[in-house]
Amino acid sequence: MIKDQDYLKKIADICLSKSKKLGSTDASILVQSSVSENINVRNKKLDGSERSENLGVVLTTYLGKKKSSIASSNLKESNLNELVDRCIETMKITPEDEYNSLPDKDLHFSGLKDLDLYDETHLSNEDKINYIKEAEDEAFSNNKIVNTNGSGFGENKSNFLLANSNGFADGYKTSQFTAYCEVVSKSNGSMERDYEYTSKRFYNDILKPKELGSIAADHAVKKLNPKKIKSEKISLIFDKRISKNFLSIFASAISSSAIAKGTTFLKDKLNQKVFNTEININDRGDIKKANGSRYFDSEGIGIINLDLIKNGILQDYLIDTYNGKKINRKSNGRASGTTNLYFENGSKTFSELIKSEKKLLYIKETIGHGTNIINGDYSVGASGIMIENGEFSYPVSEITIAGNLNNIFQNITLADDLEFNYSTNSPTMHVEGMIVGGK
Amino acid sequence: MTSLLKNSELSLEKADKIVSETLNSCDDGELYVEDTKSETIVLDDNKIKSSNYTSDLGYGFRAVTGDTVAYSHSNEISEKSLKNSSDNLKSTLKNNSGTYNSEIKKTNQKLYKDIDPIESKSMKSKIELLNNMNEYARSKDSSVKQVTASLLAEKKNIEIIRSGGELLSDNRPLVRINMSVMVEKNGRKETGVYGIGGRQDYDEYLKNDNWKKVCDEAFRIANTNIESKPSPAGEMKVVLGPGWPAILIHEAVGHGLEGDFNRKKTSAFHDLVGKKVASKGVTIIDDGTIDNRRGSLNIDDEGTPTERTVLIEDGILKNFMQDRLNARLMNTKSTGNGRRESYKHVVMPRMRNTIMLGGTNTQEEMIKSVDKGIFAVSFGGGQVDITSGKFVFNCTEAYEIINGKVGAPIKGATLIGDGPSSLKEILMVGNDMMLDPGIGTCGKAGQGVPVGVGQPSLLINNMTVGGTQL
Repeated sequence: MIKDQDYLKKIADICLSKSKKLGSTDASILVQSSVSENINVRNKKLDGSERSENLGVVLTTYLGKKKSSIASSNLKESNLNELVDRCIETMKITPEDEYNSLPDKDLHFSGLKDLDLYDETHLSNEDKINYIKEAEDEAFSNNKIVNTNGSGFGENKSNFLLANSNGFADGYKTSQFTAYCEVVSKSNGSMERDYEYTSKRFYNDILKPKELGSIAADHAVKKLNPKKIKSEKISLIFDKRISKNFLSIFASAISSSAIAKGTTFLKDKLNQKVFNTEININDRGDIKKANGSRYFDSEGIGIINLDLIKNGILQDYLIDTYNGKKINRKSNGRASGTTNLYFENGSKTFSELIKSEKKLLYIKETIGHGTNIINGDYSVGASGIMIENGEFSYPVSEITIAGNLNNIFQNITLADDLEFNYSTNSPTMHVEGMIVGGK
Repeated sequence: MTSLLKNSELSLEKADKIVSETLNSCDDGELYVEDTKSETIVLDDNKIKSSNYTSDLGYGFRAVTGDTVAYSHSNEISEKSLKNSSDNLKSTLKNNSGTYNSEIKKTNQKLYKDIDPIESKSMKSKIELLNNMNEYARSKDSSVKQVTASLLAEKKNIEIIRSGGELLSDNRPLVRINMSVMVEKNGRKETGVYGIGGRQDYDEYLKNDNWKKVCDEAFRIANTNIESKPSPAGEMKVVLGPGWPAILIHEAVGHGLEGDFNRKKTSAFHDLVGKKVASKGVTIIDDGTIDNRRGSLNIDDEGTPTERTVLIEDGILKNFMQDRLNARLMNTKSTGNGRRESYKHVVMPRMRNTIMLGGTNTQEEMIKSVDKGIFAVSFGGGQVDITSGKFVFNCTEAYEIINGKVGAPIKGATLIGDGPSSLKEILMVGNDMMLDPGIGTCGKAGQGVPVGVGQPSLLINNMTVGGTQL
């Protein structure tokens, strides 16, 4: 069972009062409790079960502009006392940093909590096993699926309390139901794997098992017997599960920490055209039941909705208290990063997009970590499907795609097929003229 | 022996009783207790940005029968909590029963000292070191615009309680010193990253002002990249430098030789034992027994002593890396590769220090033999798709080779290849085998564990380079 607010409050009080007693001028604390249960199935047989119960506390103490933190999963009072002692000792000898402080009191969240982020539904292990077996059954009904890498179902419930010495104390429960199915296809000596994944706060919102299995099978079969193509400059279509990655890159490039340090290719680009004029990017924390929704960030600051890109122009950064002070801006509640981040729909249909050029490469998977936020260079391994005259023709693998994000961002065209499946979401994306490295 | 349970509400006797009673009808399993203390101090943008101390205590209780694994972990160490876990394991395995294999090899292996690297250096001197690193790096050139330096130390004590009361333990220190430098010149920005570490005290790594060399190296890489030109795209010859570039070995073949993927027949290597998978002269080992290395362990996380496992010998695939579960199901013995990130994670076969042994060629010979290609000296991260065998890694320092000579540095290129075929493309194996500086972390199924790599210089006939220059 996850701990209730009273228990979390008791732990928070022990730590806050002890740090005050030992001379800290300010302190903030996060106490968390979570329980998760996961089931793994492979080749339609139970492969494993996992149950985790987690407790944790993170305490930050301040002495004027000095700061130190401790974290622990051992919540026995004697251990907590020892750790607070240690935190205070370290804090005293840590140099001052003029930007250290608790967040602005006026920005603390104080509102209604009506976003529906917790689903009490509890599935027995039997029910979890049945769900995921049904998904694998469906995948195996495709005769090219010969094996699975394992499929799983997970249920996670958590509760937390965030409190600080300025009087903030709030927390709430959240839930997450997750299922994935990863299968292996085989034909003519070629072996490929692919997956489908679904994750929602409410059990009723996740994909039905048959859908999960058939999509995974379809992905894996479409990759079979790939060709390697010649190096060339070609326009790419990014599948929705890849196009959303460009939003994550964009988010890290406009974090106030990167802006303050100058370690991003989007420094000094505020109010400038970063994307073409048809592109709009929003970050909204108040969508009911959505994966990325939250009431306040990890400092207790209420989430406001941000129009980050309007008609291609950069409107705002993602700002927390510390880095906000460095760039003379107030926090906009993004100490925990983005909430529900998405591109607004474009004006073309998916079918118009893939017919927009005679030859296009559809990217379904990228591998590697080839994104350089500092200068915008982008180079990753990829696989996908060649599109000729608007028709999917043959799978392609063992290629690389490369470009610079400054150009990539200016050359994006979006379809009108946005869905809120994850916390970061994008429609299908067309990017003109990228360099493919192949034969 | 004093147990990690000594200050808890759970006595060792009680724990023993629950463990034995739960695991008696299973094939395998154990109670794994872990007490980890870690400290991270980061200097960023001229300031000590954070000092975090973490103390983590918990247990993971595992029961295995056939190929089904039941796992339950918690950080409430009490009889009640362990009993709940036991009930949970029993309910998963209720329809299966097995025969507990109590056999486990013993060892007196001591590859590192039982030290606490956090306490062995005062907070004051750690802060002073970070400040010195910052000032020194910035003083190297006015083009240095940003410096991030960090110190990480960890002491992880583990205890494995097996059915029948057997208790195995290991105390593992780990240290890492990192440096990242950003250089800005003529409107261009590039970074250089370097680090060192292993299972000794900070002072062992800081001897002879060694921290200056860490700063020098990070600056040198950033400064080289500022002059870099766009990378070519397409297939060409590649010369790899010695040491850290062995993450190619780790990605290209290492993961594909882990027992779980081969037991499940999802690895591109699963039916290749005894077959030629690499050029003659290529020998690759996974060694958990090198003194003080980041990937070394006295015992793995199931209690099996680590060993030096030959994976590929003179081009022929010899062995997979095994934990107890996959070894049992494949009718072989654990090679001491059963590892987990923490008590919150299940054991899997994982690499330790993965090394290609040295050959006879010189790096000079290799470069001389290439008309058009690239010379890759250092890499960022890599990744592999086990099933298709395709792997990538990103160059952080690379040069073009034209007519047998090293030319201009080139920008962050991605190299992509096919695991089972790329080792057959090795034309020369260098005589300059080197281990990496002690910075590697390997990720698999969401779990990170410290690893090491090593190799000599290599000449590879054909790899695809991903750049922007056609």
